[in-house]
This record gives sequence, C-alpha cells and structure tokens, in this order.
Amino acid sequence: MRKYILFSIYLTTICSIIYSCQSSDEIEFAAYKSNGKDIYVKYCQNCHGANGEGLGELAPPLTDSVFLKENKQQLACFIKNGANQPMVVNGKTYHEKMPTFNQLENIDIAQVITYVTNTFGNNQGMYKQETVENDLKNCK
Amino acid sequence: MKIAKLIILAVVVVITACSKPEKLPYLQMEVVAKEVDGKIVEDTTFRTIPDFKLYNQDSAVVTLKDFDNSIYVADFFFTSCPTICPTMHRNLFKVYKKFENNPEVKYASHTIDVKYDKPSVMKAYAKKIGIKGKNWQFLWGTRDEIYALAERNYMVYTKEDNKAPGGFAHQGYLILVDKQKRIRGAYDGTVDEEVKKLMADMEILLKEK
Repeated sequence: MRKYILFSIYLTTICSIIYSCQSSDEIEFAAYKSNGKDIYVKYCQNCHGANGEGLGELAPPLTDSVFLKENKQQLACFIKNGANQPMVVNGKTYHEKMPTFNQLENIDIAQVITYVTNTFGNNQGMYKQETVENDLKNCK
Repeated sequence: MKIAKLIILAVVVVITACSKPEKLPYLQMEVVAKEVDGKIVEDTTFRTIPDFKLYNQDSAVVTLKDFDNSIYVADFFFTSCPTICPTMHRNLFKVYKKFENNPEVKYASHTIDVKYDKPSVMKAYAKKIGIKGKNWQFLWGTRDEIYALAERNYMVYTKEDNKAPGGFAHQGYLILVDKQKRIRGAYDGTVDEEVKKLMADMEILLKEK
C-alpha cells in the first residue's frame, strides 16, 4: 500500500513538473488550436471538408501550404469579408464566392487561422488576435 | 430475477442480430380495415411519389418516368447554401461514385432557390462537384411545385426564411425511393454513419424484385 502511495505521489510530481515546463506560449497555442478546431467544424468544414480536402471545384482545399503562407495576411479578410476573386490553389483556379463570416470576432478568426495553418499538413505556428486586427485594416 | 431478464434480452438481441432484415420498411404505408362479405379485411396501400414535370440542368423536361426501372435518391438543396448542402452533396457524391456504373441508380436534387438556381447555374454546380452523365438530375421548377413535392411527398421541411443562413431553412435528408416510387428510407445526409446505412440499404433495395 505504502509503495503505491509513494509511487503515485512521485508520478504526480513528475507530471506537474513536465506540465509547468510547458511555457505559457505553448499552452496558449494549444488553446487557440483546439478552440479553432471547434470554429472550423462549425463554419468551415461544410465546404472545406473534415480533412481540409475542399469540395470538387466548388471549394479549394486547405492543404496547399504555399498558398496559405503567401496569402497569410489576407486570410482574416477572406473569412471576415468573404472572397469573390478567382483563387489559384494547388494549380487549380476556383471561381466560386466564399461567403462572409462577419459574425466571427477577431479572437475567433485568430483561433481558426491558427488551427488551419497548423493542420492539414501546414505548420506555421501561432497567429494572434492582435495580428487579425492589423490584417483586417489592410484588406484588399 | 433481474439477471434472468437480462439473459432473455441478450438472447433476443443476438437472435434478431443474426436474422438480418433484408427488406426495407415502407415509410408511408396505410392499413385500412374494410368489411368484405361480413368479414373484416385489412387493406394496405402505399403512398407513391406523384408524377411531376420539372427541368434538369440541361433545361430538358424531366418527369417521374425518367426514374422508371431504377431506384433513386432525392434531396432538396440550393447552390449558394453556406451550411449543410455542401456536406450533403459531398456525401451523396460518395454514393454516386459507388454506383456510378449502375444504370438502375439515379439521383434527384431539387433546388429550393428557384430564383437564382436556374438550370445553367445548376449545370455549372454539378460539373464542379464532378458529376458526369445523366444519372444525377438537378431539378428546377416553380416554387410551389418544388415546395409541395418536398413537404407533401418527400416529407422534407423546406421554407424561405430570411433569418436562416443563405435565406432558406431546410432539412438535409436523403430520401430513398424504390422502383415502384415508394419511399423506403430517409437518411441525414450530413452524418457519415447514416450515409453508410443509405449505401447498404440501396444494395438491399436493388436486390428486391
């Protein structure tokens, strides 16, 4: 019995040491990603698919990491204001309009962008709420 | 006592699980008791989809006759739908791909946005999803025709609603109709498991004589 108690205390200590080693940045990143996933499922998945595969020629995939990198400053604008310009993704041109999601707050946009740009084969790291504010001022 | 009950239940479950139901139910069946020669006789009638005249993505007239000798899946959608339709058609496209070479399997997608979704708009939409050939028809008609079919015959709720995303409120059901135009199943086109069930049920229905 004593052995078990000692072992569990030992285990808890080790775990909490590891956990507290995670920097607050990493925790915030994980929280952004997981909230972002919920927003993605609710608003984006219908067209872009559970694996970011897109839908035929109607909705582009989110797996083109070059496109997402090059257009990172525009992503917030696409989400907030929609998009009606043709887009070339993965060498294919998509002509359909993207609807506006202006009900989303900046924090939601930051979280969903963090999720998308770090899933489906993308790995771009954190995208903060403050950046959304900035990017939305420079929409084309 | 409780355990005995549980055992009986388990046995029943096992037995019913073993005898696989190979016949699909009729969703709109009516049993009327009639008196014939002094005896009470039960008479079963099946409601069927009535004839219609709509236009497809090639602006060609489509009637119920075009679905003769085939089973078909019906749904209601609109091309600019931002919510459930893309998922519904993503899933129905999987079904379409599975039965692509079977001429006895057809699809009827009715638009509920008759002002915007003209046949040409739907043709572009169909092509962009990846649909070829004539087995999947995108049907256009007057608002009253489509809404009456949806509510009275296919039992799918559809309504113009400014508050709904995209302007229309509707259900994402995929309705399975047999060769005699009777409804044999309704599946939520946005749920993966239900779509799998639809595919399995279509196999059963195709074997039915």
